[in-house]
Amino acid sequence: MTATSDISRPIGLSRTRQLLTHPTVRSFTTFVALGVVAAIVTGPQGRTGDPTYSISKALQPGHLFLWIGIALAFWLVLVAWLAVRGQVRAVVAGPRQQVRTVWGISYVRWVFYIVLIVLAVLIPREFFGEYWQEVTVTSIGIYALLAIGLNVVVGFAGLLDLGYIAFYAIGAYATAYFTGTLPVQPPFTINPFFALPIAVVACMIAGFILGAPTLRLRGDYLAIVTLGFGELITILAINLDSITNGSRGAFGIPAFTIHLGPIHYEWGLDILPYYYLLLIFIVLIYWLFHRLENSRVGRAWTAVREDEVAAQACGIPPVKYKLLAFAIGASTSGFAGVLYASKNSFINPSIFTVNRSILVLVLVIFGGMGSLAGSIVGAIVVQGFFALVLKNNWFDPADIYMYVGAVLIGMMIFRPQGIIPSKRRAREIGLAERGLGSADALAAPAGSPTS
Amino acid sequence: MCFTSNFWSLTIDGLNNGFLYALIALGYTLVYGVLQLINFAHSEVFMSGGFAGLFLTQWWLGANGSAHGAESVFVVVAGVIIGGLAGGSVAFLLERVAYRPLRRRNAPRLAFLITAIGASYFLFSLAGHLFGRDSQSVPQLYDNKQVFTVFGAGVHVYDLVVAVSAILMMLLLDRVVAHSRLGQGIRAVAQDAETASLLGVNIDRVISQTFIIGGLLGGAAGFLFGIGNSVSYTMGFVPGLKAFTAAVLGGIGNIRGAMLGGIVLGLVENWGVTCVRNSWRDVIAFGILVLILMFRPTGLLGERLGRSA
Repeated sequence: MTATSDISRPIGLSRTRQLLTHPTVRSFTTFVALGVVAAIVTGPQGRTGDPTYSISKALQPGHLFLWIGIALAFWLVLVAWLAVRGQVRAVVAGPRQQVRTVWGISYVRWVFYIVLIVLAVLIPREFFGEYWQEVTVTSIGIYALLAIGLNVVVGFAGLLDLGYIAFYAIGAYATAYFTGTLPVQPPFTINPFFALPIAVVACMIAGFILGAPTLRLRGDYLAIVTLGFGELITILAINLDSITNGSRGAFGIPAFTIHLGPIHYEWGLDILPYYYLLLIFIVLIYWLFHRLENSRVGRAWTAVREDEVAAQACGIPPVKYKLLAFAIGASTSGFAGVLYASKNSFINPSIFTVNRSILVLVLVIFGGMGSLAGSIVGAIVVQGFFALVLKNNWFDPADIYMYVGAVLIGMMIFRPQGIIPSKRRAREIGLAERGLGSADALAAPAGSPTS
Repeated sequence: MCFTSNFWSLTIDGLNNGFLYALIALGYTLVYGVLQLINFAHSEVFMSGGFAGLFLTQWWLGANGSAHGAESVFVVVAGVIIGGLAGGSVAFLLERVAYRPLRRRNAPRLAFLITAIGASYFLFSLAGHLFGRDSQSVPQLYDNKQVFTVFGAGVHVYDLVVAVSAILMMLLLDRVVAHSRLGQGIRAVAQDAETASLLGVNIDRVISQTFIIGGLLGGAAGFLFGIGNSVSYTMGFVPGLKAFTAAVLGGIGNIRGAMLGGIVLGLVENWGVTCVRNSWRDVIAFGILVLILMFRPTGLLGERLGRSA
């Protein structure tokens, strides 16, 4: 698309028009509009059969002006920031350079990582009550793991997977099957630990089966196919009654146990041991994906993202690498599914709806596409916020998806690189906006039937 | 027996569903034609038409009221128009608020897709928040009696309402795209947006108009769907997915393809249900989507981005 607005505007613009299109005035009107939308969104829950109830309550002056006021406060901060941005940057530049130099020393980074891990170990144990420990494990920890996996698909490969939770379901149901808690009995029952590799392999195969026909076509077809697959998995889980026990799901999935020579340990009802187990896995997978990002494979993904045709000309088969990313993402999701099934000891189809896939997507987008640290921060901030909302009953839990949608739109419009951007990804988006490269892998590869 | 039992009555149901899928699929295919974007939020455009029609008819007839004779005709026509207008406005706003800033910045396509799914989630949850989360049924607009039979299968008033409105709208759209200046603009932008802009086509306006046309059809389909089923904030998801399947089946970007794809999908789905249980209905459409992508990714009539109609 070409930016025609500035060229096509008539030269003799009227004075009012000039005023209305002035950037400050425009941002002012945008923020007033945002305030009105925020007022409507935060209004009371509507009533069936009374369509104007919610909106008329929400637009009562007190509530409306409160939100417009909040929006204008943000606008003032923005205007002030734009005014002093240059000076602040000049002042900060020196210290910033120093921080970068120090950060360049490898043991400084190691100390930082170790401090982070120690904090991650200590904080939930020392400061959190039971509710927040539970949140740390099931809402934040598992979702951080999911987000890291989805980041490989969305961030590293530049594809969009909207049925990501389907693989989580496959992992969870595989655990249920191999621990003998489904109506169909397995040939042998195993410790959930051994379900981990099985789930990883199963999800990888499922990922290949789903990705292979789709990825040779346009990249955006993957989005709709995965969306359909996400819906399909719930339908299967509900309807294959004799295999999955239908909507009742599986009960009594055993906890993880270790029997290694003299060591015997069982993860029981306590939350913290699960947290530590999860932490170990997150650190391991984080490290693995970080290495992957800078490996030959990671560079191939970067090449495909930045310019698919050039990558292909250099001998990188794009379909193969996209498929690999998709399968790696899927298997991470399956891995998380095993952990969840064993921790929760009970699963049913309502846990694996398409909505959850979008929830994971928002964590990745909020944190920053292609930024592993961003995924974890995204999980902590977004899931932490939603946990706070649920605890204090600030709004109807079903409204969460309204905020999820709003965050997705807002991030894409105002900060597509996320709050903790991956440097490379941010640069790519900037370049793509100036007409260089694509910053995603949604084009059809050369030779595809749809190219 | 698979496919043969109740063949004709299933054919009529299939055509009924198929017309609705076709109307929604046109919205997907038009937008894909000009922007190469899967507009996930189109299912919410559809939903908004359902809600607008519901509120109009409830306001006119009362929640438990009913209409007869000439009033029926009037209410149905008014509902279709209001549903279409609501759909058109939502689609217009969607383009203006969510997609245009991205277009101005020349954002990557991934950003568009993520915005689209975000808009979809925002809009359907907002509808649930504003209008309540129970599904509501449209008042009885007419006496849904059998009008005539085809090979022993009854054709009801509802089937005729859907068929007549859908055929009228599709004929109109086909004429508009093929013969009007507006249609010429849409085809030009679909073919090559940059060249079109050099030749004096106002791309922004054409894109807005495309969204509005898609929204009009989708919103009208929302009301028609609401009469036969019910209106709820999640009503758009499954029909949206199926309509996209229909658009791909016909060849994305191809307007006549979307019409054909919708009808074929509706028929196959209803015939296919005789082979499996009814709860597997949604699986059929998904299976068709994967099969087309595997064996004929350009669809039945071929992709004709920019060479529509």
